[in-house]
Amino acid sequence: MHDASGSAGFEIIRREDFSDVTYLLEIRHPLMARAAKPGQFVIVMSHAQGERIPLTIADFDRGRGSVTLVIQAVGKTTREMQQTCQVGTMLYALVGPMGVPSAIGQAKKVLCVGGGLGTAPIFPQARGFSENGAYVIGVLGFRSKDLIFWEDKFRGCCDELILCTDDGSAGVKGTIADGMKLAIERHRDIEEAVIIGPPVMMKAGAQVTRTAGIKTVVSLNPIMVDGTGMCGGCRVKIGDQVKFACVDGPDFDGHKVDFDDLTMRLKRYAEEEKTALARWSESCRLAQARGSG
Amino acid sequence: MAKKRTIRTIPQQRTPVREQDPRERVRNFAEVNCGYTRQEAATEAERCLFCPDPACVAGCPVNIDIPGFIREIGAQDFRAAYEVIGRANLLPAVCGRVCPQESQCEGVCVVGDTLEPVAIGRLERFVGDLAIKEGWASIPYIEPNGFKIGIVGSGPAGIACAADMAKAGCAVTVYEAFHQPGGVLRYGIPDFRLPNEVIDAEIENLRKLGVRFECNTLVGRLFTIEQMIDELGFDAVFIGTGAGYPSMLGIPGDCLNRVLSANELLTRCNLMRAKDFPDYDTPLPLGRRVAVIGAGNTAMDAMRVCLRLGAERVFCVYRRTKAEAPARAEEIHHAEEEGIEFHWLTAPVEILPDEKGGVGAMRCIRMELGAPDASGRARPVPVPGSEHELAVDQVVFAIGTNANPIIGQTSKLRLDRRGYIEADESMATSMAGVFAGGDIVTGAATVIEAMGAGRRAARSMKEYLGIRDDGTASLGEAERGGMLFGIDHRERNFARIRLA
Ligand SMILES: Cc1cc2nc3c(=O)[nH]c(=O)nc-3n(C[C@H](O)[C@H](O)[C@H](O)COP(=O)(O)OP(=O)(O)OC[C@H]3O[C@@H](n4cnc5c(N)ncnc54)[C@H](O)[C@@H]3O)c2cc1C
Ligand SMILES: Cc1cc2nc3c(=O)[nH]c(=O)nc-3n(C[C@H](O)[C@H](O)[C@H](O)COP(=O)(O)OP(=O)(O)OC[C@H]3O[C@@H](n4cnc5c(N)ncnc54)[C@H](O)[C@@H]3O)c2cc1C
Ligand code: SF4
Ligand code: SF4
Ligand code: FES
Repeated sequence: MHDASGSAGFEIIRREDFSDVTYLLEIRHPLMARAAKPGQFVIVMSHAQGERIPLTIADFDRGRGSVTLVIQAVGKTTREMQQTCQVGTMLYALVGPMGVPSAIGQAKKVLCVGGGLGTAPIFPQARGFSENGAYVIGVLGFRSKDLIFWEDKFRGCCDELILCTDDGSAGVKGTIADGMKLAIERHRDIEEAVIIGPPVMMKAGAQVTRTAGIKTVVSLNPIMVDGTGMCGGCRVKIGDQVKFACVDGPDFDGHKVDFDDLTMRLKRYAEEEKTALARWSESCRLAQARGSG
Repeated sequence: MAKKRTIRTIPQQRTPVREQDPRERVRNFAEVNCGYTRQEAATEAERCLFCPDPACVAGCPVNIDIPGFIREIGAQDFRAAYEVIGRANLLPAVCGRVCPQESQCEGVCVVGDTLEPVAIGRLERFVGDLAIKEGWASIPYIEPNGFKIGIVGSGPAGIACAADMAKAGCAVTVYEAFHQPGGVLRYGIPDFRLPNEVIDAEIENLRKLGVRFECNTLVGRLFTIEQMIDELGFDAVFIGTGAGYPSMLGIPGDCLNRVLSANELLTRCNLMRAKDFPDYDTPLPLGRRVAVIGAGNTAMDAMRVCLRLGAERVFCVYRRTKAEAPARAEEIHHAEEEGIEFHWLTAPVEILPDEKGGVGAMRCIRMELGAPDASGRARPVPVPGSEHELAVDQVVFAIGTNANPIIGQTSKLRLDRRGYIEADESMATSMAGVFAGGDIVTGAATVIEAMGAGRRAARSMKEYLGIRDDGTASLGEAERGGMLFGIDHRERNFARIRLA
């Protein structure tokens, strides 16, 4: 059925679960698959009462006419989607690609760093650099071995891949900052680094490259509403300027970003997020009780 | 016909309109102004002098035949009144509610020289509402002419252009970035001023004309304006993407949590239904003492939304006086009735944090009016030593908007110095076949001005494509008189000529 939006929704054609918190959705959208470029994101509403949440386009396939999202279940919306988004179901809204595409330049040797939310989104960048003929060193951070995903995809486009795990169950024991230091020691001629992940991680990574004097791009993830530059909710501090991440970014110079401001602004709705999650969990519990009773 | 009316023979008092009691309405989102009844409308219609050279018509940006439709109301032929308005304005139920009448049609009504002017807006709204209730939309018979028109943005400018092009026989597609159409009417103006049902009804009328709405489409990024012409096969394109991009305060503390733009507040509340959180998922911060900076319609809407969401006190902080406030007079009046506290001649200098990164207070300075500036308005200048603190826990800024950058970033269209799209009087842009109008050309303006621009662009598009508006054929409804071979004579449509 069509509603006021005139759209019947966007079909989920594939789903894969990487762990109990990370899942992949592939969605049919031929036009978007054609337009998408590395560094861009979409805004999704899973149902008509839902929130608009931004998610990076982790992959796009022009042949299949699809875009791929990799999502971490952190709060009400992303957990609910983990339950409801199955192959054959529809997303109520999907708009994009949004944001200025990453400038994949002609650098000869680059460091592509991803962790947490950023593991999947760094993939199109790594592939983009590889296609431009760069020597790509991937650094990926996970909490432990069983959370690792897309290792083969990254091996396919990275000349070197450094895996880091917090508990040392695979690869280097430590954070992505440790992995980056290792790479920089091995390669003195890295021209550029791209880091995507939670703000604390990008901050730590940018510190490493600042010391080493390597140009660094980070992809920021502030809370968004429209994603079209209309509300200013996504504003971030870059040097002494205020920018809107959805239309001026989301990529910015990692050495100029005020990460503390970003971290603080991400907590804006902490109370409401808790309320929403608690209420939703309660309703799931009740539904389950009803189902089994 | 009765004796000629004069200023002395007409009802001296403007017919009052029922409004929700201020104490009651600050707790709900239902409409404040309840609108005229048939009887009230007929009484108010008696106040028009039917001037032979009506000033009001010139004061209306789309030149509605105002005495013409008021005469039909007087004759109790409301449908005829609707048709008169419909020739110039597609959305009477909207404009009757949101036009700044005091500076447009009513501001120049001659009755207003001696008495209160004729309540043109309320009469127009009455007719518009009745049309929605009775389902009067006149759907003319349209013969397709084979042209494809793309419209970018579903605000008043885009809607107006879409309707005219559809009536001319073109296949029209409207692309909208949001998941619902309507532009500011949907996401900006709250329900208590313009209920969603009114917008839905008007959009539905467009659908009946054959206009297709494609929401969730960010033009520029999903495809460019150039691609619309070169690859998607549109014969002409209209851009009505609005102004957007809120101006920042540029004072210390303006990035604190609990400091947000009125656009964000209103979008969360109106479009995303945060007022019904947690039934809807989108949250909204609720301040107890809220300062709203600015005194335009956007500011008034933000203040009154905060009250309805449960704020205890809401302050309006504006650096000039009430006389310079750009909001509609009715909105300021309603805001006052609802208990908004106005701090005229006051400007913010700094927002002070609380211990949790939220807002603790706002430091302000008093202003006085000095010599007129470039815009002709008195320039406010700070009074030395008048700094003081206002205890607030939320700050909303509504100090205007800048041009949205997306179309500029992604096309070769020529922009002006400030980033707005450059268009000539015919609304043509620097690119052949591409027209633009509304806030994205003029900067923030009004609903009816945006619609006027959309219609002007439609006229230019028709000229550009060689579509002529002359004789028309249309299938009216059987119960209306004046039919010839099933063709309603009043609904003269367009002849379809496609030049090679
Ligand atoms: C440009 C951009 C790209 C993004 N790409 C991805 C992606 O590819 N995959 C993915 O899983 N997530 C991505 N995110 C983050 C994602 O939007 C949030 O995780 C999501 O909005 C959380 O919604 P929720 O209701 O489930 O959780 P909420 O209840 O809103 O929040 C739960 C927790 O998540 C944190 N959080 C909320 N919003 C964000 C945010 N924007 N970024 C980081 N943490 C947040 C909160 O502080 C809180 O601790 C991206 C964000 C942006 C701005
Ligand atoms: C809160 C508020 C209250 C107001 N109150 C009044 C009032 O009482 N009376 C009055 O006369 N005026 C009022 N105005 C001003 C009036 O609403 C605007 O002047 C008018 O809406 C401009 O119309 P528009 O069609 O140019 O743009 P908009 O109404 O802004 O519509 C533009 C649309 O284009 C969409 N869009 C933008 N970029 C893209 C893209 N790249 N691709 C696809 N879609 C895109 C947007 O999402 C939006 O829906 C108010 C404005 C605001 C913000
Ligand atoms: S459209 Fe606006 S300006 Fe024109 S007559 Fe109606 S209320 Fe007045
Ligand atoms: S100016 Fe006033 S009195 Fe004259 S026609 Fe217009 S509404 Fe009527
Ligand atoms: S999300 Fe609204 S301006 Fe960026």
